[in-house]
Amino acid sequence: MALAQVKQNTTDARLDALTLPEGEAGWAAEARADALTRVRGMGLPGRRDEYWKFTNPESLTQPVAPRAAIFKYEDEAPAFDQIERLRIVFVDGVFDPAQSDDLAMDGVEITRLSDAMAKDIHWVRDLYGVLETRGQTPVARPLAALNTAFATDGIAIRATGKAAKPIHLIYLHEDETSDAILHHLVKVEEGAEVTVLESGPAAARFNKCMEVEVADTGRFHHVRTQGRDHERRAATHVFSRLGQESTYKSFTLTANGVMTRNEHVIEMTGDDAVAHVAGAAMGDGASGDFHHDDTVFITHDAQRCESRQVFKKVLRNGAEGVFQGKILVKPDAQKTDGYQISQALLLDEDSSFQGKPELEIYADDVQCSHGSTTGAIDDTALFYLRSRGVPESRATDLLVLAFLAEAIEEIEDERLQDDIRTRLENWLERRRQG
Amino acid sequence: MLEIKNLHVKLEDEDKQILKGVDLTVEAGKVHAIMGPNGSGKSTLSYVLSGRDGYEVTEGEATLDGEDILEMEPEERAAAGLFLAFQYPVEIPGVGNMTFLRTALNAQRKARGEDEISAGDFLKLVREKAKTLKIDADMLKRPVNVGFSGGEKKRNEILQMAMLEPSMCILDETDSGLDVDAMKLVSEGVNALRDEGRAFLVITHYQRLLDHIKPDVVHIMADGRIVKTGGPELALEVENNGYADILGEVA
Repeated sequence: MALAQVKQNTTDARLDALTLPEGEAGWAAEARADALTRVRGMGLPGRRDEYWKFTNPESLTQPVAPRAAIFKYEDEAPAFDQIERLRIVFVDGVFDPAQSDDLAMDGVEITRLSDAMAKDIHWVRDLYGVLETRGQTPVARPLAALNTAFATDGIAIRATGKAAKPIHLIYLHEDETSDAILHHLVKVEEGAEVTVLESGPAAARFNKCMEVEVADTGRFHHVRTQGRDHERRAATHVFSRLGQESTYKSFTLTANGVMTRNEHVIEMTGDDAVAHVAGAAMGDGASGDFHHDDTVFITHDAQRCESRQVFKKVLRNGAEGVFQGKILVKPDAQKTDGYQISQALLLDEDSSFQGKPELEIYADDVQCSHGSTTGAIDDTALFYLRSRGVPESRATDLLVLAFLAEAIEEIEDERLQDDIRTRLENWLERRRQG
Repeated sequence: MLEIKNLHVKLEDEDKQILKGVDLTVEAGKVHAIMGPNGSGKSTLSYVLSGRDGYEVTEGEATLDGEDILEMEPEERAAAGLFLAFQYPVEIPGVGNMTFLRTALNAQRKARGEDEISAGDFLKLVREKAKTLKIDADMLKRPVNVGFSGGEKKRNEILQMAMLEPSMCILDETDSGLDVDAMKLVSEGVNALRDEGRAFLVITHYQRLLDHIKPDVVHIMADGRIVKTGGPELALEVENNGYADILGEVA
């Protein structure tokens, strides 16, 4: 069968299994229909697509979500539980008001997406599917368009001032076959500031899209943990557009998961904006297959903007890591400062890492650097630690933590940094005692 | 305390014999020095005793307080009381000096069946020891040896020794890369640890370190063997006449 036909069949089969939400406002129905047209036009990803060469999309595109056992977190404190925050709970991709806090908070407006789609709220209308559409060129992201068309739930956040506390999206997984599609919107108005936290597996298969518009001098912080569930699958996208002197900082901690594809598409359209994206991933193939893919695309379309990508992966027992990171500097984006580093620490010879750093620069007065390394534990450092009495497994973990530290340090809020570090240390300790 | 008998060691990956029958006994409370020309096997001896990979013991034995250390993992040797001050202390980016010290101290205590030290007691202890070695709070906070000067690295080794209180301390060319002031500081740190229950094996090229750390016994090592043993005067002889004379005399 011709490739185009295979793609067509895959797309048709998946779309047949979905239904467009009903009863929404006219603009929303239109946005959904447009998104559906985009998906049909692009077709769902296949192995031959340039940006899916290292990650097999099949389990993310097949009509029915592969079953995923429910993971018991009994021995682990919930993420961010030491931090005062507003909790919004989704169970298998459905908002659960009973487990969530009251959505009213100083400095922000929070609306359930399904409510917002039934109304005509100007900032929701101006954002929903808009950044996702912009992010489809030059590289197609069909799973995100699919999300825009079919997302059944989500949350819309508009920060008008400094949010009183972080907003924590908690994704619980209770059904072994759940297939969740969530779409969130975040609008950070001029000078406003908000932090969004995310944690939990969400579903057997999770397709999540978040669109983040940060107006001039606005500040957005994003910290998420993708927990220890072995069997979950996730494809996530964050599309963001940054205004003048705005700040965007995102960090993701991942452990386990059969399949994770995290995409960041960031467009810097205002001068002097700052975007930092970082990720620390730990994969152990012994707990089940592990495949983790970070795909990042940052466009500099304004002057004097700074972007940083820091991605670290620790892989063992046949775990697979992928990094595809691009910095595109447009002709007028003079004085751009772009930095990208992707590193993998392979704890054995069965694991693998594929890195694809890309720079495409059209301005002549810029500073851009990138690096990618793959290596094993430093034997000299390991011996040094052991010679001081630190057992080998503990010494290895110290070096793993040290390796991941650079990514974790990208988190601005020290309390969140501590929470992430403690979680990571606990995961390592649990494995040691395993 | 430390007893080495007829120790033969070759490189693991190469057919190259480095130690060719080392015999050495270091008694508790004593300071022994090993001097010798480049390539005589001094550093190899220290590595083999501390358990570094890459060497193969083909013959002989080494015991610490009667226990065979050559069969132990490096961390077990440390818990048994062995400490090697490295010639080239290793930089470990991302691991804080304090975390490192506390992890090491607690791991050793745990291995010996003792309770872990409390955070408060640890802090008190480390501050007190650091002060005498002129190690400031900033150095304690920084990643292990990263950005440290040569002298700072060596002082950091002595700090670790002071914190871990080993019974058998091996100092591998601790004087290399030190200026006169730093050498004095390091020596004072070592001398403060001299104790009836503790022994030292000081490996050095030069006599000057031994002006500060006065040895009880001096050994000359050449071509993988201890070729001459004497009192402190032997170090002076090396200083005045070089190794050639002594080696000529032995041959």
